[in-house]
Amino acid sequence: MVIAIDPQLNKLSKEECERHLEVFEGRIARGDKVEPTDWMPEEYRHQLIRLIHVHANSEICGALPEGKWIPHAPSFKRKMALLAKVQDEVGHAQLLYRAAETLGASRQQMIEDLISGKSKFSNVFHYPAEIWTDVAIIAWLIDGAAIVNQTMMSDGSYGPYSRALKRICYEEAFHLKHGYEMVVTIAQGTKKQREMLQDSLDRWWPPIMMFHGPADKVSKHTTMLVQWGVKLKTNDEQRQQFLRQFVPKMLDLGLHIPDPNLRLDEKTGEWLYTEPDWDEFKRVINGGGPVSGDRVATRKLAHEEGRWVREALAAAATNQPVPMPTMTD
Amino acid sequence: MIATIDTLHDMEASLKSAVIDLLYRLADDAIIIGHRGSEWTGFAPILEEDIAFSSMAQDDMGHAQTFYQMLFELGEPDPDTNVFARKLDQWTCAGMVSISSQRDWAMSLVRKYFYDVAASIRLDALAEGALVPLAQLARKLRSEKKYHLMHGTMWIPRLGTGTRESHQLMQSAVDTLYPHALGMFEPTSADLLLEQAGVCPREDELRKRWQAEVENVLCGATLKVDADMSPVFGGRAGKHPKDLMALLDDMQLVYNLDPHAKW
Repeated sequence: MVIAIDPQLNKLSKEECERHLEVFEGRIARGDKVEPTDWMPEEYRHQLIRLIHVHANSEICGALPEGKWIPHAPSFKRKMALLAKVQDEVGHAQLLYRAAETLGASRQQMIEDLISGKSKFSNVFHYPAEIWTDVAIIAWLIDGAAIVNQTMMSDGSYGPYSRALKRICYEEAFHLKHGYEMVVTIAQGTKKQREMLQDSLDRWWPPIMMFHGPADKVSKHTTMLVQWGVKLKTNDEQRQQFLRQFVPKMLDLGLHIPDPNLRLDEKTGEWLYTEPDWDEFKRVINGGGPVSGDRVATRKLAHEEGRWVREALAAAATNQPVPMPTMTD
Repeated sequence: MIATIDTLHDMEASLKSAVIDLLYRLADDAIIIGHRGSEWTGFAPILEEDIAFSSMAQDDMGHAQTFYQMLFELGEPDPDTNVFARKLDQWTCAGMVSISSQRDWAMSLVRKYFYDVAASIRLDALAEGALVPLAQLARKLRSEKKYHLMHGTMWIPRLGTGTRESHQLMQSAVDTLYPHALGMFEPTSADLLLEQAGVCPREDELRKRWQAEVENVLCGATLKVDADMSPVFGGRAGKHPKDLMALLDDMQLVYNLDPHAKW
């Protein structure tokens, strides 16, 4: 399938457009990375900015449900691990905003689009973390689902995004271990603890099943992204990989998965499941989730209350640069 | 020449009790400032500072953990029991670290800097002290504190001189916090014994070093200190601002669901 690009949008004649596109697609087919100074179709640039922006927003909004539980973590080990984990997520947002900047997007504008509700973030972060065991389920299953997605995307064609994702996946692997260890500890705990864990899973399962995005038959962005080597697997393929990897472990831990239709089709090796409610997905990512408003309001408040700091920083940089203190040893 | 004390078990009962007292003050200050720092995770004015505050909070919590571990070796409860099961009046942190400054970046930054200078001065003194295991630990921890101090000494002048608004907010934070900061050096009944044994100088001596260093940086940042301010004491004797109770309720919330459960 050939993706048509618009000569006017790319500020080229039709012939030049075709020539550039042929070289560009040839490079992608060879597995070369596209770098910021290379020619790329404006459609590619636009799709990548959209994708990286949503990803960065998701990291920063993803810091909120777990961050809420840092003050309540019940031991030194959990407190420090959760703090380190959430710090990583904020660090990922920073890496990703920088990757988007290489395509010409501004961080200021991206953050303003997030807090004005103009740009989206992952469906799962529109739901609240209500109890401590939610933190364990999030770190294990949502980070697990994210690794499936990000490992695939890290082989994608845009160099800066691909390299940021390699580093992100490396850190996410620790989050997964941290989450799994928490789930195992709680699953071996008291009756009350096991009930809490099951309650968390019951609430998080539907959003997690939607995490990889709409079923292939209804997803509108997939074709172009696959063609240009940004996205190497479809949403349904990612969901299957997630189920293959996690369902057996969940069952081993004695967890009940809240889907009566979930079973392995022995013939195809695929998991069968109840199709998620894609209307809910659409409503949620468009700001109609249980805590969508709170998430955006929190980011907005942090941004507005920090304005004086950013202004002072800019003024100090022009007026009186502060020298770096020298290290004596 | 003061003789060195090579292990934690070479101390007489009275000195051991003074060292326990000292370690609780060090540990309680560190965990509470770490907890306060972690309240910024996800909310800081810029992403880079979100990361910096989270990272420093982990260091502070880590320092607290090593002090509580040393207390455990001296026969006190284990670190988790100390942090998650202790009652308000058993805590000996200084009032300055307990005060809530959530959503006030100027207060948080100035408070962290005041604490870091105090912690560094203490660690430097302990590193030269006679109690060998504590001196070794102090040498290790101060290498991390160095980076926290760099953070403060870069930010205080930037915001002190940045804009009129930032200057006012920083000056107001200094005015509010300074008396509480002096309270970090509240004299205790352990001071004399610790000084005589060569473990640690007295609190008023440490305070003088702290004031010299802090006032120099504040002056460079065009921030003023009222020399007549008197210290706010109480924390070392278990008398705390209301904010600490709220913090402990938060911190012990999940633990208290079932103190015997593993999470």
